[in-house]
Amino acid sequence: MEFNQAFIYGCSAIGAGLAVIAGIGPGVGQGIAAGHGAAAVGRNPGARGEIMSTMLLGQAVAETTGLYGLLVAMLLMFVKPFKG
Amino acid sequence: MTYGLLLSADSVDFMVHGIFSYSFFGHEVWITTTHVSILMVMLILTVFAIIAGKKFKAATETGEMVPGPFQNAVELLLEFLSNTVTGAMGKGAPKFNNYISTLFLFILLSNISGLLGLRPPTADYGVTFPLALITFAIIHYSEIRFSKPLDLWKDKCSPLPPWLPIWLPINLISDLAVPVSLSLRLFANVLSGTVMMALIYGLLRWIAIGWPAALHVYFDLFSGAIQTYVFCMLTMTYISSARGDAN
Repeated sequence: MEFNQAFIYGCSAIGAGLAVIAGIGPGVGQGIAAGHGAAAVGRNPGARGEIMSTMLLGQAVAETTGLYGLLVAMLLMFVKPFKG
Repeated sequence: MTYGLLLSADSVDFMVHGIFSYSFFGHEVWITTTHVSILMVMLILTVFAIIAGKKFKAATETGEMVPGPFQNAVELLLEFLSNTVTGAMGKGAPKFNNYISTLFLFILLSNISGLLGLRPPTADYGVTFPLALITFAIIHYSEIRFSKPLDLWKDKCSPLPPWLPIWLPINLISDLAVPVSLSLRLFANVLSGTVMMALIYGLLRWIAIGWPAALHVYFDLFSGAIQTYVFCMLTMTYISSARGDAN
């Protein structure tokens, strides 16, 4: 079956939009990490620096899955693998 | 007619561009903007290292007891790097201090080179993947060197007993995923910052005056520094757990 370019690009744009829904997961995860970090600082304000760096490291690792979604969206938008 | 997905796709530009091409054993090879930025970063680091080395040498020879401001800053930086490496690697730290410090300075300067008007070299997958491959090679060299083959086999079949290697392929795939996830994390973070800034400057044009500086602080400085730290920290964690001297 033949599709024209506009149709393929439109579908790619919709797919890119769907791919960045992956951002929900890391958002929730980083929020939970930040919440627990805040609770930990409240319980032990002396360990603030340690908690901060551990939290940021964990959050940056958790961000990876969201970035995969972003990467797929970028590939669909700019590299256009399905341009036919 | 082109169906550009962005309305003004001409003014939004964050791609790697070829500058000139040459023939390399019959292949067409391009010198790109990434090469140029990477050379600039290396030049800055080399000049910095030469000046710092000269300063330290002069201070040692003359027996000057009070360090100047530049020497103070360099000492602060080196102390931070060496403390980080010692904290993360334990007794394997002296061997890897130089490598991790070099990696840290290179990635940091690459990430924040967006501030200097360059396209960050780490926003090219061809730069981050080799860095992760070096980590991968060190991990597996250490694993083979510092553990007995039987222990290695047991470790690779780990949740199940060693005579039942059903879990082996899954463990191997998770080993192979390490360099890919390590490099993609750095690449995608820096690329997302680059794309955001390109979109803001390209689409808003004359509205984008002055205030994008705040966004530069987040996308270039904050995000870049965090990702540098994460890359080095994960590299050190993987290596020290492969060497078996994490504690």
